[in-house]
Amino acid sequence: MESLATLAALAAVAVLGMVIYSVARRGAPALSLDLFTKLPGVDPFGRPTGGIENSIVGTVVITGVATAIAVPVGVLVAIYNAEFASPRVADAVRLLLNLLAGVPTIVLGVFMFGLLVIGRGQNAFAGSCGLAMVIVPVIARSTEEVLALVPSSLREGSMALGASRSRTMLTVVLPTAVGGIVTGTIIAVARAAGETAPLLFTTALFASAVSFDPRQALGSLPLVIFFDSEQPSQFAQQQAWAAALVLMVVVLVGAIAGRLLSLRTRRQIEKAR
Amino acid sequence: MTVEAHTESLALARRGRPRFGDLALRVLSGGAVLLVVAAIGLLVEEVVSNAWPSMSKFGPGFLTSTVWNAVTDQFGARYLIEGTLVTSLFALAIAVPTAIAIGLFLSELAPRRLRAPIGLMVELLAAIPSVVLGLWGIIVLGPLLATDVEPWLHRNLGFIPLFSGYPSASGLLSACLVLTIMIVPIVASISRDLFESVPGELKQGALALGATRWEMVRGVAIPQVSAGLVAAVMLGFARAVGEAIAVAQVIGSANRAPSSLFGQGGAMAAWIATQFAGTATSLQRSSLYFLAVILLVISLATNLGAQLIVRRIGRRMGTRA
Repeated sequence: MESLATLAALAAVAVLGMVIYSVARRGAPALSLDLFTKLPGVDPFGRPTGGIENSIVGTVVITGVATAIAVPVGVLVAIYNAEFASPRVADAVRLLLNLLAGVPTIVLGVFMFGLLVIGRGQNAFAGSCGLAMVIVPVIARSTEEVLALVPSSLREGSMALGASRSRTMLTVVLPTAVGGIVTGTIIAVARAAGETAPLLFTTALFASAVSFDPRQALGSLPLVIFFDSEQPSQFAQQQAWAAALVLMVVVLVGAIAGRLLSLRTRRQIEKAR
Repeated sequence: MTVEAHTESLALARRGRPRFGDLALRVLSGGAVLLVVAAIGLLVEEVVSNAWPSMSKFGPGFLTSTVWNAVTDQFGARYLIEGTLVTSLFALAIAVPTAIAIGLFLSELAPRRLRAPIGLMVELLAAIPSVVLGLWGIIVLGPLLATDVEPWLHRNLGFIPLFSGYPSASGLLSACLVLTIMIVPIVASISRDLFESVPGELKQGALALGATRWEMVRGVAIPQVSAGLVAAVMLGFARAVGEAIAVAQVIGSANRAPSSLFGQGGAMAAWIATQFAGTATSLQRSSLYFLAVILLVISLATNLGAQLIVRRIGRRMGTRA
């Protein structure tokens, strides 16, 4: 039985290795400067050419806007839970966040379509709002955990010096916890950058041009992969693999960095005790 | 807590009223909570109201009708519900034993130095974007299934209807395996945490009584955490039911009965992903929202159930300590 358990763990690691290897092997040959600096187009024979610059910029803008919405909301929810909520209310809020985290992302997609796309047309902002709903519960949970790690002696010291709760929070507690909040954000944003479903109906009809305006539909890496993988053209397939490689590297580096940093900041906070 | 209450009452006595900054932070952070509550409320309202035309026209019959026809404007979700259940449950059947075994490996068996790196790798499996996993499913996994795995299954297990039929590169089996890859890390990391939460005295007690490591796991560790494992399985199920993108890429998108795992089929979430952009009638779009309502109900109910189980465990642990 014990060897079976070891085998199961090896199988999981092997699948991870296999996925990374096949994406790298197929994506790497298609990586070129053009991929990052050219727009998608068609050559005189009607075959697709060019790069995916617009989608790379689009992914940055869409996840950037989503992060800008989600970080303040997530951190404030955690502050409310840590500072103001009664245990019962804090429990209810946590339950609600977990439920939100469990909502299928495709449902977030059709929700944002109904709320922000009908009557207005597709726009990147609607996609960002969908991603923000993915990010908020993750950030709120990790921030609350870090806030709970901040030693109460620090808090009490500040309040004994006559500082108000809000001042204690802003000048003592949050600065101590900021490392943990940042790592939680990295993990959440890395996850959101790879989400496809919230963008599929909100910002899929994008122009082949670089734009930073979230009121327009913008391209994104996940949608390039999703649509190009169904194209018969070999070039499109290669581009899908290249986009997958870029996206996977970004997401995995974010996930690894977030986890390693989070171990470090936790240790630092605990040392402050 | 009492210290805080005390300092607060001192502050109140001194200033006579709560400080402005405190009030502002309270209002701001309370507002953020209300925003989350409002977003969830709006989500339910928006999805249900868009589904309403279909819900009022088809009613419960939507769940049992097999027709999905935009020309006659008749829609039913039976095959899609069956497809969702077959793929999710089959994925669970593979993923749950694997994931629990991984959890055991990471908490009990692995050399200490390997625990963190292997644990990280299992978690990274969950971090791979579903669209990348789906692409891998189409181009790498699918052909492998069609040329090797499915013929083998057909030869050896073909007497089971699910395992008979013509091999194909896209279909329910691809979807099952891609979903398995997605659920394993979730269930594995929860079960690792659960096994690590089993008190050391209990484990050592069993070992001291002469139990082997496996007997200790089976007789002490697993019974201790069984409720938590059920919750983990429920979360994995919810994840599988809700996955749209990777399933849409590999399942073949056909409104057909899932009679053979080798064939193409459909599942609710993936069906929304592939059909939503090209709806011909408003009733068709509304019916897709109906599917979203079903998904929402399943995911909320499953997550709520899992949370309640976790809560009960927490309380039990709390009273014992």
